Amino acid sequence: MASAVDSLPIVGNHPQAEVRSCDTTSLPVCLTAQQFIRWHAVVAVVFLLIGGIGALLLALTRWPAVHLLDAEWYYRILTLHGLNMLIFWILSFEIAVLYFAGTVLLNTRLASKWAAYVCFGMMLVGSVMVDITIMGGKADVLMTSYVPLMATPWFYLGIIILAVGALIGVFNFLATIYIAKRDHTYEGSVPLVVFGATAAAIIAVGTLLHGAVVMIPTWLWSMGVISEIDPSWYRITWWGLGHMSQQVNVCAMVSIWYLLGTLTVGAKPLNQAVCRGAFVLYILFINLASAHHLLVDPGVGAGWKIWNTSYAMYLAVLASMIHGFTVPASIEVAMRGKGFTRGMFGWLAAAPWSNPGFSGFFLSLIIFGFGGGITGVVLGTQQINIMAHNTLRIPGHFHVTVVGGTTLAFMALTYYVVPLIFQRDFYAKTLCRLQPYVFGGGITLMAVGMSFAGSYGVPRRHWDIEFTGGQFAVGFDAGAHAMLGIMGVGAVIAVIGLLMYVLLVVAAVFFGPRIAGQAMPPWHEEPARPADAVTDQSEEHKTPGTLVLAIVFLAAFAVYYFANWMWLADVWEVR
Amino acid sequence: MSIYNPPAGWFKAPTGAERLWVGLALTWCIIMSLAMPYWHFYGKQNSTGESYRVSVADYGARVQQFVESNTVGTEQGVPIVEIAPGGDGYLLARMWAFYPIIKLKKGQTYRLHISSLDLQHGFSLQPLNMNFQVLPGYDHVLTITPTSSGIFSIICNEFCGIGHHSMTGRIIVED
Repeated sequence: MASAVDSLPIVGNHPQAEVRSCDTTSLPVCLTAQQFIRWHAVVAVVFLLIGGIGALLLALTRWPAVHLLDAEWYYRILTLHGLNMLIFWILSFEIAVLYFAGTVLLNTRLASKWAAYVCFGMMLVGSVMVDITIMGGKADVLMTSYVPLMATPWFYLGIIILAVGALIGVFNFLATIYIAKRDHTYEGSVPLVVFGATAAAIIAVGTLLHGAVVMIPTWLWSMGVISEIDPSWYRITWWGLGHMSQQVNVCAMVSIWYLLGTLTVGAKPLNQAVCRGAFVLYILFINLASAHHLLVDPGVGAGWKIWNTSYAMYLAVLASMIHGFTVPASIEVAMRGKGFTRGMFGWLAAAPWSNPGFSGFFLSLIIFGFGGGITGVVLGTQQINIMAHNTLRIPGHFHVTVVGGTTLAFMALTYYVVPLIFQRDFYAKTLCRLQPYVFGGGITLMAVGMSFAGSYGVPRRHWDIEFTGGQFAVGFDAGAHAMLGIMGVGAVIAVIGLLMYVLLVVAAVFFGPRIAGQAMPPWHEEPARPADAVTDQSEEHKTPGTLVLAIVFLAAFAVYYFANWMWLADVWEVR
Repeated sequence: MSIYNPPAGWFKAPTGAERLWVGLALTWCIIMSLAMPYWHFYGKQNSTGESYRVSVADYGARVQQFVESNTVGTEQGVPIVEIAPGGDGYLLARMWAFYPIIKLKKGQTYRLHISSLDLQHGFSLQPLNMNFQVLPGYDHVLTITPTSSGIFSIICNEFCGIGHHSMTGRIIVED
């Protein structure tokens, strides 16, 4: 790492005394940005904790043997969980990531300190408003708040304030990139991580604008100013917010994969044109993926559904498949370069699995690809969606994208953010090393349980699958109940992993040993170069192990995909 | 390194395994893209989204008329209504029941209309696990052909308030 630093231009644009040189990487850290990275990160973890407590209550309710909450509180906590996890935790962490990528990696100051204050204040106020209305029982409308379900106007207003605050943060990031360019604080092209973060920011602008377009009329409607909101229009526009925001998460997560690949094993991308091209595909083609929440809707026709899922969406899928190759390939090249050349997977076995920054990131990659990616494309296939819409298959899918993928990547990054940005060391490092495995394992088990329960037809967002009080007796197969039990066990394990993370991070951030002025303690000892290592002298980087992994992935993808078409062929005919 | 500015000349075509993978992934994406239009024309299960704007009052009246002219029995106080093969039937979703019970014959094709009187609902046919969205103001038409017989349950799988979990309905299919 240190060698490349020498080539960095050292003419930043920081005012006097508002920059420090990182004691580990020598990168210039803007102190204003550092302050806001810390604030957003701390708030993010608080929301993660709220959402995590909610997760435990929900899992213990949907686990039929436990069935903890009553119906009212189940839906209330479900609303709370969705918004705190999917929006508040992730968005807060992403703003921190943007401030980091925009300033530190481009050797520049943050464009506007005041905008950063406004962004932080609005996001906090908006989020707290939303949480208060939910806990007060004034917004039992779930995260999607599908009209004509109606919440108190304060709920919608809270979301609008949050979205505008976040938008200000995103524009502050874009302005930071602009002033870096203007002041020539770097040479050539921006680093890949900044490129990925910029892609995330661009999609975020679209996302948040959709949020404004849908939430402002809905807010007015909740106050009686507007008499009606068309439910189909609401769904299309809301998912412009709801699904695009997940693509922001994907972009941020992939950028963090590249970042952690570099920080943990010194990986560098094989071909930057490919990686950057894949980010461009996200920007161009991901927004239309909001269609796959409407695949069995009235109001939109087959042509619209197929066009928006296939042509456009699959180029974004291509982008993810490319990153899914280039990220592990860069690890393979780096590890082979260190002499771990034995066999197909010697490089992988020798990787620093005891480093939570590495294990968290690599598990995130595997869980996102094999779990979230494959299920997402299959469930988002227009006709197959008939067997999946609003069943537990859907949360089974997105808990391995946004939790096993994005959240786990954010957690992994935290093991570097705390020592490098908060300048504090962790306690209980053995627990730190275990945490990604506990969380990743738990969430994977939970998602497997959800997905299979959903295949039995078990609905999502449903308090009681015994249908107590219904006009007809309905029940599910014993297999479905077993799957919900697996979901419950997995969820409990995942929540334990989440609580470990929160405790470790809080202990380190507020009470950890101060390490300012010294390099961060390394998470792993650099392993000795094997005695039998042979250095590959050829120009081209060989990545046979990654290619095998990628082909195994493609085979798993194809099997699941075609199996679903076969299952579909067995249900009633419908047009 | 992904955190530093790339060296000049980074813009170049992929080579080796990376190039192979990009080609494989693109091919797979194209196959998946073609599968959907293929199934639209040659497959038997599609969500065409055929739907018409309808006022809540008008839809309620249509259901009432359908029930009055086609009822063949009752079960637990709910009318069982038979749709003539090839004909139109009207199913109502409301908080928190589906109305009425629909009776069909295996192998016949029907136009089953679904709409809501109040909130958004989900039409989830079990144990087949076929799912469609129900919106107030939209008459969603499913042209269905039952290929199995028996008693099937409809459950609501879109959140519709505190009684959501108790919202059920029934479709009876005779051989």
